[in-house]
Parts: sequence; C-alpha cells; structure tokens
Amino acid sequence: MGRYVARRLLQMIPVVIGTTLIIYTLVWSLPGDPFAGRCGARPCPPAYVAAMTDKYNLDDFWLVAYFKYLGNLLTGDFGETFQGLSVGEELLRAYPTTAKLALVAIAFEILIGIGAGILAGLRRGSYIDNLVLVSTLVVVSIPVFVIGSVLQLFLGMRWGIFPATVGGDASLYNLILPGFVLASLSLAYVARLTRTSLAENRRADYVRTAVAKGLPQRRVIGVHTMRNSLIPVVTFIGADFGALLGGAIVTEGIFNVPGVGNLIFRSITARDGVMVTGAVTVLVLVFLLVNLLVDLIYGWLDPRISHG
Amino acid sequence: MATTQAGIARRPDEAGLTPLLEVEDLRVEFRTRDGVAKAVNGVSYTLHEGETLAVLGESGSGKSVTAQAIMGILDSPPGFVTGGSVRFRGQDLLALPDDERRAYRGRSISMIFQDALSALNPVFPVGWQIAEMFRVHEGMSKKDARKRAVDLMEQVRIPAARERVGDYPHQFSGGMRQRIMIAMAIALDPDVLIADEPTTALDVTVQAQIMQLLADLQRERNMGLILITHDLGVVADVADKIEVMYSGRIMEEAPVHDIYASPAHPYTKGLLESIPRVDLKGQELSAIKGLPPNLTNIPAGCEFRPRCPYAREICKEQRPPLAEVVPGRFSACHFAQEVLEGDIEPAQQ
Amino acid sequence: MADPTPPVATQAEAPETTETAVRTLGRDAWHDLVRKPTFIISAVLFVFFVTIAIVPGLFTSLSPTDCALALSRQGPSGAAWFGYDNNGCDVYTHTIYGARASIMVGVLTAIGVLLIGGVAGTVAGFYGRATDTVVSRLGDVFFGIPLLLGALIVLVSFPGGADTPQLVTIGKVVLALAALGWPQIMRITRSSVLQVRSADYVQAARALGAGGTRMILKHIVPNSIAPVIVVATIAIGGYIAAEATLSFLGVGLQPPVVSWGLAISRAQDYVRTSPHMLLFPASALSLCVLAFIMLGDAIRDALDPKLR
Repeated sequence: MGRYVARRLLQMIPVVIGTTLIIYTLVWSLPGDPFAGRCGARPCPPAYVAAMTDKYNLDDFWLVAYFKYLGNLLTGDFGETFQGLSVGEELLRAYPTTAKLALVAIAFEILIGIGAGILAGLRRGSYIDNLVLVSTLVVVSIPVFVIGSVLQLFLGMRWGIFPATVGGDASLYNLILPGFVLASLSLAYVARLTRTSLAENRRADYVRTAVAKGLPQRRVIGVHTMRNSLIPVVTFIGADFGALLGGAIVTEGIFNVPGVGNLIFRSITARDGVMVTGAVTVLVLVFLLVNLLVDLIYGWLDPRISHG
Repeated sequence: MATTQAGIARRPDEAGLTPLLEVEDLRVEFRTRDGVAKAVNGVSYTLHEGETLAVLGESGSGKSVTAQAIMGILDSPPGFVTGGSVRFRGQDLLALPDDERRAYRGRSISMIFQDALSALNPVFPVGWQIAEMFRVHEGMSKKDARKRAVDLMEQVRIPAARERVGDYPHQFSGGMRQRIMIAMAIALDPDVLIADEPTTALDVTVQAQIMQLLADLQRERNMGLILITHDLGVVADVADKIEVMYSGRIMEEAPVHDIYASPAHPYTKGLLESIPRVDLKGQELSAIKGLPPNLTNIPAGCEFRPRCPYAREICKEQRPPLAEVVPGRFSACHFAQEVLEGDIEPAQQ
Repeated sequence: MADPTPPVATQAEAPETTETAVRTLGRDAWHDLVRKPTFIISAVLFVFFVTIAIVPGLFTSLSPTDCALALSRQGPSGAAWFGYDNNGCDVYTHTIYGARASIMVGVLTAIGVLLIGGVAGTVAGFYGRATDTVVSRLGDVFFGIPLLLGALIVLVSFPGGADTPQLVTIGKVVLALAALGWPQIMRITRSSVLQVRSADYVQAARALGAGGTRMILKHIVPNSIAPVIVVATIAIGGYIAAEATLSFLGVGLQPPVVSWGLAISRAQDYVRTSPHMLLFPASALSLCVLAFIMLGDAIRDALDPKLR
C-alpha cells in the first residue's frame, strides 16, 4: 500500500506542474498586456504594475518566471490583489467554509444518490425505477444556477424553510440548501450510475455463486453485490469533484456563502484577475489531491488494483 | 407426454431406498424478446449416494440450465421452471418456499462453476469466502471459521494454505482457484455436488489433477456427483452413468463402459467418432454435420433428425421417447436397437 | 448448407444466442431507435431547436432589439406570452433568438473537441508507444483542470467588452471550452481505436502492407467513431449548460449577444418579483440540454450490443 501511495504521488507531480504551467501561461505569459482587465474597471495603477512585474518576474524568460512562481506557490505565497489584499490569507479564510459545503454536498450524493440508485437498480422497470430515471434526467438537464435560483426563491424566500442566503453564518443547517443545490447534478449521475452498476453486477457469476452458497438474499445483495457495484460510483464521485468545485462558484454566489467560490464570484465581478487565478489554482490542486485520495479508496475497494 | 411415462416407468429403485436426487420431467424456458426458448424439455434422472453421473452435451443442450434449476439459481427472468420436480431425499425442492429452499443450497446440494475467476468474488479474500459458509450456515465465529477454511484449503491440496488464506482470487492460478471453488462447495459436507464444466477453463495437465481431486473427495465423502461436461474424455474414468443431452432432452442414458463400447443413439455415436484416437491415426476425423436446433423453434419429429445420418421418414413425424433398449440402457431413437447393433446404413441424401 | 462443424460449438451457453437470423448491428440499432419514444421525442426537439437557431425569424416577427422601457418587467399577457424583461424586451423573442448563440457554442465546441480530441486519440491509439505516452500525459494535465474552472481562467485572461464583435465573443467561449474538453474525447477515441486496431481485419490489412494514413482513414476511423459521436452528442448538452453558467457568472457571452445564459443571469436580480424572466429562458435551456442528452443516450443504448 505504501509503495502504491508513493507511486501515485510521484505520478501526480508532472500533472501538477502541467496544470499550473497552463494556468500561469494563460494568465501572465500570453502576448498582449497581462494587466488588461485585472484591476477592476480602470487600468492598473503603474505602481501595482511595477510591483507585480517584479513579484511575478515578468521580465524574465517565461519558463524561468514560471518556476519562480511555482516556488512562491509552494511556500503558500499567492500574491496580492491591486487593493493590497493577500490572496493567500483570503483563501485561508474562505477555505473551511467551502470544504464544509463540499462535504455536505458529497453527503447528499452518497445518501440520496446512491440510495435512489440502489432502489432503482434492485427493482428495474418498477415505478420507483422509472421515477428515478425521469427525475434524474430532468435534474441533469437543468443547469445548477437555475436549480439554485428556483430553490432559493421557493424554499428560501416564499416558504422560508431554509435561509435564502448564508452570509456570515456558515452553520451546517444554513449550508443544507446550498449543499443540496451544489450536489444536485452529481447526485443525479450518481443515482444513474449506481443503478446501472448494480443491475449489471446482479448478473455477475460471483453473485450466482453467492446464491448457490445458500446465503440469504440480504447478504447476497448487501455484501456481495454492493461492494463491487460501488467501485465505479466511488471513482465517479472523485472524478466529478472538479465539477463540484466549479459548481461551488455558482452556488456560493447565489446563496452568498463566504467560501472560495464566492471569492471567485466576487472577484470576477470586480475584475480582479489575480484573486481569480490564485483561487482557481488552489481549487485545481485540491481537485488533484482528492483524486489521489479516491485512487487510494479505490485500491482498498478493489484489491485487484493495489496488488496488481 | 411419452417421455414422461418412460421416465417414471424406467426407474424402479433397485435397493428399494429413496434415491438421493430425483429429477423428473423438468422443464425450463427462457422468455426473451426473440421468443420463448425451450431450454429444458422434460429431463429426468436419478442420482444415488456415492454415484457419479455425467451429463454430456454441447453448448445449448440444456445441461447447465438443468443444473441451475436443480440448485434454484436460474436467472429469473428470463428463465422459468415450467414443470417437473426436483426431489432431494424425497422432498420436492421446487415446491418449497424460497426461504426453506435456501437451506438446502450449499448444505445439501452445492455447485462448482466453470470459470472460478469470475465465480469467486474478486473483492474478498478466498479464505473469507470459504469461511462465509460456516459463518452464515452455522453461526461460527470469525476465528473458528477461518481455521476451518485453512483446513479445507489443505484438503483440496493448496500449498501453503495458512499463508494464502488472506489472498484474493486473482492472485491464484486457474487450477488453484478451482480448488478454492471446490473447497467452498464441500465446506458443509453436501450430499450432492454438481460440477458444471469444472475443468473446461484449465490446462490439460491441471484438468487431470482437478478431476482426480473431485473423484477422491467424492469417494471419501460418499457424495453423489453430477459432472456436467461436453468432453467425453473427461468422464470416462470417473463416471458411473452417462446422460447424453441434446436440445433440452436426454437422448441416451447408459452405464459409462457400455456407452463407449456401443452407443445406442446416433448422436452419441457421432460424438464418439469425433474424438481423435491414436489407433485411427491418419484417418479423416468425422464430425457431426449441421448445428443444434434453434430452441425458440424446435422442429417437429426427432430433434436430431436434421443432423442424423440415419434419418428416415418416421423421424420427421414422430419424436422418439426415451425408451429402454436393453436392460439398464435407454435411448431416444426410433432405431436404437439397430444403432446399438451397428445394423443400420446411412440414409441416401 | 451442411458445413462440417465440430460437435462441440464454442458458443455461449445462453440459449438466446442460438438466434439464426443474421442482422447487422447498424440496421438493428436503427430498427430499435425508431421505436423508442425517447429517441423520437429528443429527435423532434433537436430538429425544433436547430430550426429556431437557424431561422429565428420563422417563430417571431419581432427583433430582439425591439424593446420599450415602459414595458419593463410586465408579466405574461395575450400580447406577450412570456412577458417582458427589465429592459422592456419581449422575453419570447429573446428566448427564440437566444437559441442561436447557445446552440452555436454547444455545437462548435463539440466540433472543436472532436477535431482536437479525435485526432489526438486516434494518433495515440494507432501509433502507441512514445506517441501514446506523450498524448496521454498531456491529456492528463488538461484533465486535471475542471472544465468550468479552466474556462473561467481562460475567459478572465481575455476579457472582452461591449465593443467586441459577437462572433469573437462566441469564439472565445468555444475556444475556452474546447481547450479543456478535448481530453475526454481523446480518451474515448483512444480506447475505441485500440479495440479496433487489434481486430482481425485490421491486423490482416496491416499484414497486407496497408500504410498508416490509409489504414486510419479506411479502417480505424469508420469503425471506432460511433462511441465517440455518441459522447460528443451528450457533451453538446453539457457545453450549452457550461456556456450558460459562464455567461451567468459574467465571463461568458456578453451583451449585445442574445443568449439564454445572459437572459437567466439578468433575471436573477428580479426573480422574486418577475419569475417569468427566469422561467422561460431557463425552460428553453433545460429542454435543449435534455434533447441532446436524451438523443445521445438513445443512440448509445441502440448501439450497445450488451444491452440488447
């Protein structure tokens, strides 16, 4: 297991370098004025341009400048906005809220998504199966920001069941509605995937063996079928985490959740490019880390991987 | 139906005891969107303690489906048992509710499958999978069950069983995996063991070892063994009795040595002639021409007629019932006697 | 007819495989499709939306610039079925004209990822070895950046304004999405090509000395393209939703372009008092996304022999 982790970590290094290089190049090293549209509606103040040119070594050769930037990132230095705010500090403040929101969303994916998928997969062709199929298709086709707006309007404003906006108080209860909205799309996919995977595995030879062993139906499904069926679902939840982070920008914006997504949302409106790129870089790194974690869980769920 | 009566009439039990397993007029069909496939059409056979019964037939002959129906592990839908009975020590299993039926599986009748790699659960250690039998059926503790699993792995001659008990199926070779499958099947000392093509997926040298193991275990434990295979060579040494299946029906039943010496059905004869033999080296190998019938549309008359070299007019119209040719030998052919005596000429095409 | 056949056929045990009638997969799939309600519904919707996108004038006599501030945010009525937005523009007309930009982004992005990902995947799958490694790792790097986050960075780095030509605005969104979406198509193409490449007829053509390019165009592409097209069709729905989300965030399309995402974004501020501003463009968007997803799903089900 230890060697597997080490190998996976090593494999991650080129990906991290690649992604940050792409982001860095896009932001600072493409032809044209790198400071266009970076400081709100007006052009950047000359002092800021000078400071940033110095900070990001923009006078150096592109690749050299990139590695200096990478060095800064590794020490947690994400630069400053033109208003003098430290991007790193802002991120640190917003980060726990987004983590909490993501956890709420994943809890919804697991509880409702996997739950609905199991119900549908065990009774294919039944009323509940069709209900799950149709409702997930509808959810998949409605963009998250529409679902967010509509739920905010009805559950938040009209009926007042949940707070319409979160504001400064990011308590678990306040995060239920935004968490659900954030999870909605992935939840639908998780339900469908669980359903298909379960239905496929029920026909597997080893399930037939389990029946032939005289195991009770509950055990055949709960132990033998379920574990195998959940392998692709876990992989999906991990791979989809990136979409979840992207969705957080929208969801946190709508519900005014003080997280990283909201920071990006506000920075876009304020045309504060440094903050946007810093925050997105962090989210991308988190995404890569989560994928590593999922790979490890995957290796534990499916022994053929880690031992192979 | 004629077959049925023949099936009942021909089986007075010689010892007067209830046989271990009696399959009678079993019928199974698969309801698919391309129509209803009649996979098993009135199969009857009997198995006694300590007896080895070989069920022989090509793919689609219904031999595996029969076994699945006996075990109660048919994929349903699309598979349905539409008639007949399966009696274990006199108790009709098909008449039992699911819950009581389950108690027989693994404990009284158990089964090993062709491809142990896909038949074993890939995500659990093999020892755990064997131990599960004891834990679920006998409520044994984790530790005791594991100890029993190691014992069983030693009994099926897996080297270093104690070290390998925590390994996963993919870490074993094909032959070792099949041994694990066997260990799991014999865990609760079943009375009947059904082996569905247990050696087909294995190398020839390993095949012999596994057959030997099965034969030894059967003798030690006095189990009834149903050996399903398409390979005549596999059964010659171990089987007592052979049932030859074709198109979901039994074509011939005979003691193993008689059938090799003188088949009483053209299909069996064709199967025997298609085995390469050292003494006939250099001669052209004969093969049965044509394909098995489409089970969604089995033609009237004898099922084997389109491929039978001896087919006559009567074979087109009447389906021959399984009938006794000489004492202890049964054949479903209008010309069984003639085939048995080698006294028939191929029809003019 | 009587070919000598070995007595032991090597077919699967399942009795349904004794089907003797030979039917081609393609004809079978088509036969299945035209009887499938989801295919018919989605195909009709598809034709409907594409027609709207090409000739919006057929569906409305008004132009999207026919606005009167006096009518601002009036609800649906006999004169204007969908009501008016905050600028007093007819929501129905805007919804009709919004189809063009949204669908254009979706379809153009799909073409873009098919070109980049298709070529990269074919080359990687066909030539294997070092080529495969380089292309696959490059794909991993881009795959490490979630679609929405990456597109956000690209678009923030190239800000546009009201004076930017419409086609340039649309082109930027398309490029941003295609630049990040191609690895998905690359991976599918690659595995599809790998399967085809090892097929007997390709090996045979190779043994007969067929050259690389000729092999690719004549054998590999026609035989491996089906799953790729299916995924691209489903992805169009996703790209349309992504465009709407980016526009909603304020970095995608910009006015004066008329798009569903922009209309929904504008409606956001008035959702309490004038929900019709949100409802109609959001429904059109969702229906359109649904059409593409359902269409792709139906084709995939029909083409997948495992599900038959």
